[in-house]
Amino acid sequence: MTKKVLAIVLAAAVVFGLVACGGPKQPTGSGNEQPAGEKILSVQIGPDPETIDPALNSAVDGGNMILHLFEGLLIVDQDAKLQPGQAESWETSEDGLTWTFHLRDGLKWSDGSDLTAEDFVYSWKRVCDPMTAAPYAETVLGMVEGFDKAIEGDLDALNVKAVDAKTLVVQLATPCPFFGSLAAFATLSPVQKATIEANGDAWAVSADTFISNGAFYIAEWVPGSHILAKKNPNYRDADAIKLDGIKFCLIEDANASYSAYQSGEVLMIKDVPTEEIPSLRDSDEFYIDPMIGTYYISLNDAKAPFDNAKLRKALSLAIDREYVANTLMQGTYLPAYNFMGPGWVIDGVEFFEKPYISDDYEANLAEAKKLMEEAGYPGGAGLPQITYSTNDAGYHKVVAEYLQQAWAELGVDLKVDVVEWGSFTPMRRNGDYEISRNGWVGDYDDPSNMLDLLYSSNGNNDGKFNNAAYDEQMTISRSTIDPEVRRTALHAAEDILMEEAACIPVAYYADFYLMSNKVTGAWHSPYGYWFFMYADIQ
Amino acid sequence: MIKYLVKRIVLAIVTIWAVATLTFFLMNAVLGGPFLSEKAISPQATAALEAKYGLDKPLIQQYFTYIGDALHGDFGDSLKQRGRTVSDIIGMKFPVSAKVGGISVLVALIIGSLLGCIAAINRGKVMDSIVSVVSTLGIAVPSFVLCTFLLFIFGVKLKWLPTMGLSTPAHYIMPVIALAFYPTAYIMRLMRSSMLDVLGQDYMRTAKAKGLSGKAQLFKHALRNAILPVVTYVGPMLAYTITGSFVVEKIFVIPGLGGEFIGAIQGRDYTLIMGTTIFLAVLIIVMNVIVDIVYKIIDPRINLK
Repeated sequence: MTKKVLAIVLAAAVVFGLVACGGPKQPTGSGNEQPAGEKILSVQIGPDPETIDPALNSAVDGGNMILHLFEGLLIVDQDAKLQPGQAESWETSEDGLTWTFHLRDGLKWSDGSDLTAEDFVYSWKRVCDPMTAAPYAETVLGMVEGFDKAIEGDLDALNVKAVDAKTLVVQLATPCPFFGSLAAFATLSPVQKATIEANGDAWAVSADTFISNGAFYIAEWVPGSHILAKKNPNYRDADAIKLDGIKFCLIEDANASYSAYQSGEVLMIKDVPTEEIPSLRDSDEFYIDPMIGTYYISLNDAKAPFDNAKLRKALSLAIDREYVANTLMQGTYLPAYNFMGPGWVIDGVEFFEKPYISDDYEANLAEAKKLMEEAGYPGGAGLPQITYSTNDAGYHKVVAEYLQQAWAELGVDLKVDVVEWGSFTPMRRNGDYEISRNGWVGDYDDPSNMLDLLYSSNGNNDGKFNNAAYDEQMTISRSTIDPEVRRTALHAAEDILMEEAACIPVAYYADFYLMSNKVTGAWHSPYGYWFFMYADIQ
Repeated sequence: MIKYLVKRIVLAIVTIWAVATLTFFLMNAVLGGPFLSEKAISPQATAALEAKYGLDKPLIQQYFTYIGDALHGDFGDSLKQRGRTVSDIIGMKFPVSAKVGGISVLVALIIGSLLGCIAAINRGKVMDSIVSVVSTLGIAVPSFVLCTFLLFIFGVKLKWLPTMGLSTPAHYIMPVIALAFYPTAYIMRLMRSSMLDVLGQDYMRTAKAKGLSGKAQLFKHALRNAILPVVTYVGPMLAYTITGSFVVEKIFVIPGLGGEFIGAIQGRDYTLIMGTTIFLAVLIIVMNVIVDIVYKIIDPRINLK
């Protein structure tokens, strides 16, 4: 008898013991546990962010949260124009190399301590620190004097100085007319030295140690569940913030977020199941907003037969972009007749001038067939089987299948190779592919951000495009601050890119999302960010 | 018994070492790394990161460093979730999975064995047919179908139950059903067939002949013997269930360990892959040992050697 009792006790202990591990203080999922009267906006803009340390982040969803938690020297407003942020004014020297930022009075961190120009100096040097290994270091500070030494570990070489508590002077080595946009970029947000020195990398993973300076601070973070950001009373513009908080629901699955939206648990979702789009199209809560960025196809330009520009061009012309964007991608993308879409600007003026590819598909196809002959592959004769590599997400497979059909018109035998994400990126970067899906969303709105991708030595030049004339135009654009000279050089580079068909633009990105009509004052920017700081709930 | 335990522990250590070693070299053999993203990181930054986490060292050296640290209980920092250690992540996520999983196992055990018994006693009758339909359904329907179905009916259409998180008891209902459905069905089948087997045994006839009541026959003689196969199954099942299900967690937005397994592999978070794999291996081995001991207690005829 005792044995039997023991058996039951033991068996029960196994189950209950493990259940009890949970304990009462364990994190529980999201719910509506806010005290009554608090105005908390629940949104879904992505799953658990890999990091929300401004220096370490390289993801859009992480960047979007950082935007609500921190404020840089400058900010981008609803019309994508630069506005004063922590700096109330800024000026540039004649030669464009010295940038001076004047900070506002009485700036504070979310813990109430003072924020000064020294904090920016510390934060920016931290971005360069090889021990931080910030992915965006070169993008945002590569043009600052002393960057080359700083990235090797000599941080004080970085020529960023706090003249006094309220003045920050940045000395550039090469002109960068869009440095203002970088000053508004999430990576260059100030971070607090005290909490980082006390907690190391772990400062940015717990609500207790996460000190910020933006409109909101982190009140609670349950990984895999939600981040509750509450209004920061120490924010310089706190009076303009109407919400008491924003709850970022960390939902990964599109169907789960759609259910949460339908049940009213969240008021805005970024991940909408694509199957639902046809039924949502007429809803006034469904939005499709363009982004600066292009879905394109990389050809391994260094490898035969793709070293043949005529073949590349033929492949490009044989794509019915209208069909791809509006039918296959259900109108959630826009057809791309150029590598550079609308939305890129130089000195406030739109960069886009003309489409390079005609929207007359039949005529394009006829020309493509002619180009195949000129390339030495009439009707595809003599061309080996070609492999198209892609990962499986979004519309990638559908597009791959479409390309099989479309290029069959030219006699091309296309094999589709679906590669798991973790292997796909290094494979493409190493050039171990023939043709591959690719894409880029702008970090800032200067066209060089995307045209740099085809520069011979660029780390993202997956197509291994190597054209001296192209590189020369890009170099010209980097050495001047004259907007007209830059515009001309960048357009010349674009001409070469499209004439050579260095890569094949397919569609321009857009974000499609659901947002309840109860939410007012929120907007979406062409960088793929949502701005909820000035939002309100009706 | 002591001899047996010592033997099992030695065997367990060897098994865990083998699992760790295989995982280590296999994951390093796969293309990709933790510091790659769609946008290229500068070579300096990549080099600095690799140096920081010791990934610049020869693989064999990394292996010995890892094993050495792991023996001291240090499973390292996550390479992707910077600022968190692997132990932090497991310590934070496992209790959540264990709670949902533990409840599910209890539910499956109770309902499964109860219905299995009922089916066996009512062999060939309506009740038996109902149970066999339900168990076939439970084994055939994949959890993502069940989750979506539950979510659609009870969360979206009827709005009876909350769809995400675990903040109130009501939040547990759908995930527990989703997690418990398959094991319940499996236990039902096991219980039914083993009960039928036992009911046909000579000692049951003896018990009946001795004039024991139906209840006494059933509980004292039949159940105790019939439950053995279920116990064998419950050990490993418990280990799997409490470490979380990727699908169920994703659909019901549960911050559990299941998502970390998959996320770690997709992101090539080497230290987290190692940590979660070793953790699961240890758990399964411990469960098996416990099952063996429970077995012995329930059925004294079994000799543990």
